[in-house]
Amino acid sequence: MEDNIKKFLYVNRKAPYGTIYALEALEVVLIGAAFDQDVSLAFLDDGVFQLVKGQNTDGIGVKNFSPTFRALGDYEVTKFYVEKESLEERGLTADDLQEIMYEDEDDDYAEKPSIRLVNRAEMADMMAEQDVVLSF
Amino acid sequence: MATLHTVNKSPFGASALQSCLNHAKDGDAILMFEDGVYGAAQGTIIADAVAAKSGSLSLYVLKGDADARGIADARLIEGVTPVDYAGFVELAASHDRTNNWL
Repeated sequence: MEDNIKKFLYVNRKAPYGTIYALEALEVVLIGAAFDQDVSLAFLDDGVFQLVKGQNTDGIGVKNFSPTFRALGDYEVTKFYVEKESLEERGLTADDLQEIMYEDEDDDYAEKPSIRLVNRAEMADMMAEQDVVLSF
Repeated sequence: MATLHTVNKSPFGASALQSCLNHAKDGDAILMFEDGVYGAAQGTIIADAVAAKSGSLSLYVLKGDADARGIADARLIEGVTPVDYAGFVELAASHDRTNNWL
């Protein structure tokens, strides 16, 4: 089975509600989680807005899907790579993002953060290590 | 282990091409198609940034899309190679992965 595991990267570059890209990406990640692959998520450019905390969509009549990111740890989706430059360009820091944790089953189920801040060069390196890149 | 990056948005309305240029690794290829072909034309505000990468990256434009938008081969940034649809397929097949900058 190990040989059949590929590295899948889902690239998020769009803000959450102006277009359907972000929600569709999340749907595909949830579907893909059923296949036991090595999944990573990348958030860069406007994609970092998807993870901002305090989203309230009551006034626009669409579902606030941001809490769903916190459930992905249960599906072994635990690697959220967020680009520092993209945050800085938008006046954001890591403190503006919601806390997303997962339980590490290899470490006595210790709670660990899923969000990993990376710089642009590290993001490029991570992208280049993937078998499959799915962009949204 | 090279990547084929594709860009199909105009560089004047979207950050896709700039972000692609920021993340592509030496030895990668970029194919500009649909409205992405505007990024392959000389004399634009982004042309210098594209030309600066022509040494470390392979740059391509889908000729049908460029021709359709009045961008003749002579107006392409030096180092940008026009390809047809078969060439597009060839590029996809000869790289380890594709990364589509939407």
